[in-house]
Amino acid sequence: MSSPAATYDLGNLHGGLRLPAEKAQSTASAIQSVPIPNQLVLPIEQHVGEPAHPIVGIGEYVRKGQLLAEAYGSLSAPIHASSSGKVVAIEPWPVSRRLGRKAPCIVIECDGEDREAELPEETVPFNTYEPESLLQKILQGGIVGLGGAVFPTGQKLMQATTMPLEYLILNGVECEPYISCDDLLMREQAAELLGGVQILMYALALTDCFIVIESDKPEAISAIGEALAELNDARITLKQVPTIYPSGGEDQLVQLVTNREVPSGGLPTDVGCVVQNVGTAAAIYRWICEGEPLISRVTTVTGPGVSSPMNVTARIGTTVADIISFAGGYTAGADQLIIGGPMCGKSVTTDSVPVVKATNCILVLNKASPLSDEQPCIRCGECATVCPIQLLPQQLFWYACADNEEKLRSHGLTDCIECGCCDLVCPSHIPLTADFRNAKARIQELADEKARAERARLRFESRNERLETEKQVRESELALQKEEALKAGPAAIEEILKRQQKKQDQDPED
Amino acid sequence: MWTSIITAILIVAGIALAAGLLLGMASRKMPGDPNQIIDQVNDLLPQTQCAQCGYPGCRPYAQAIVSDDAAINLCPPGGDDTVQRLAALLGRDAVPLAEAATVASVALIEESQCIGCTHCRDACPVDAITGAHQFMHTVIATECTGCELCIAPCPVDCIGMVPVT
Repeated sequence: MSSPAATYDLGNLHGGLRLPAEKAQSTASAIQSVPIPNQLVLPIEQHVGEPAHPIVGIGEYVRKGQLLAEAYGSLSAPIHASSSGKVVAIEPWPVSRRLGRKAPCIVIECDGEDREAELPEETVPFNTYEPESLLQKILQGGIVGLGGAVFPTGQKLMQATTMPLEYLILNGVECEPYISCDDLLMREQAAELLGGVQILMYALALTDCFIVIESDKPEAISAIGEALAELNDARITLKQVPTIYPSGGEDQLVQLVTNREVPSGGLPTDVGCVVQNVGTAAAIYRWICEGEPLISRVTTVTGPGVSSPMNVTARIGTTVADIISFAGGYTAGADQLIIGGPMCGKSVTTDSVPVVKATNCILVLNKASPLSDEQPCIRCGECATVCPIQLLPQQLFWYACADNEEKLRSHGLTDCIECGCCDLVCPSHIPLTADFRNAKARIQELADEKARAERARLRFESRNERLETEKQVRESELALQKEEALKAGPAAIEEILKRQQKKQDQDPED
Repeated sequence: MWTSIITAILIVAGIALAAGLLLGMASRKMPGDPNQIIDQVNDLLPQTQCAQCGYPGCRPYAQAIVSDDAAINLCPPGGDDTVQRLAALLGRDAVPLAEAATVASVALIEESQCIGCTHCRDACPVDAITGAHQFMHTVIATECTGCELCIAPCPVDCIGMVPVT
């Protein structure tokens, strides 16, 4: 049996913080299922790439698991109906995302019957597929990385197969406080998870897999350990790592497990690793072996502002309001609603936002003690000590204030994972992460502007070229006509002039 | 002793003279490629092709800046940022814009009023208006640079500008 192996020391990981876990309140009970809501709101953009294209019309009856919107453009993923009912609208709806407050959503009024779509084909054992067609199939299931980055899994795996690979790393390191959905999923769905792991190893032709779990999740470790013993697959090893934030970041995890550093601007595949979230593996198993696309996920609903914190399985598209009322509603002190964890999450102003594929946590906090005012940076260097990427946040802060794009780039702003460690330790209470986020957006804006100008320049130049050619063609045609007319002699010219005169008489306006 | 001092001075003076002559000749014979500088200036311009500077497009303006010493503050869409960058590139003084900076916007054709005369289509410097003769025209918003050159030729005044959000 691959029992919990040696614990790593953190010698190879820079910075990080030990944060209060705050997970006990939501891990006391098993995962509950949220009943079918009256209304489902499915954003067409639940992944990193371009929005999916809706293929259903308003008024259409859709069944559970039916394709609602198909992948379109780069890094896109399809969206499926999470229950049966009638499409009542396709309209902008409040959502939780980084830019903008509303996004187009498909709204379904559920009939509560959960009628399933007829499966196009019987599910077959995964090893009857060719690895390539298996990846294609994963793409069609709408499966995206459930750890929060929502990168379409099929495309991530396809990209990975172009590189020499060594390890598959299953990320069970849920390092952000309050969140416990992966912990509970590992406890309760260990068999499905391992099934997903086997599919992934088959598709990527890999023979080494690490399932990495933090030391503060003994129940998950023993559940996975038992399932592994039963499965008796020597290729899969269980690893235990100490609890430190943000060791669950993809690049941090690779470094922790293999002691290889992912290069700046690179991917784990550059050092031979593919990282997948444990929930994604379970979702892959359900899609490939049971034919259920990604239409639900486990999410943690917790915080002092929720009456009974717990983990729930919610259909994608269920509104946060429905889930909170399922969890006993708000407490009297509830004040702030955050989608995601306290470090990387996003604060939202309304609970009508839906649960999307990325929603790993719904956090309700009480009124926080008013934040101390921002003070000038005293250059203490605490932020550089805790930065897991070994950046110099204090330096980046100056450059962000000065809008110095070049220096921001050369100091590695684009490598910042926005983990929030620097904010937390800053004695001057400078909102560093927010500043970096804005600076990143500004750099992106400038790059977009530049690309736009370049396109306009090309269009302008090719238009001038076209006009020039047209002019030349016209001139040579005229010259030809003139030559012909001269050849034909004065009588012909006379005739042409007469014809023109006649035309002018008929149509004096021109 | 004196001879060695004088020899040293003569040698150094000789080297200086030779180097000076060489450099002087090189600068006469091989002037810097003005096209390269024009390209650099053109890169800094916003490529709106609006002709508000008085030249028929961004590259002609860049050419005028480099060869005819045209002012660098004639580009309202570029705003003060562009003036600053041009000043830094060319070693000139950053002067305030001659006209107020324009807000980024795109043209919008009121399609119900369009008579399909193609005048706006022909005026567009970046081919961002599509439509055939006597058919409705429309602006390809993603390609429109907001130069406003289509507004004046429209005989029914059905084109307006909408700010880009």
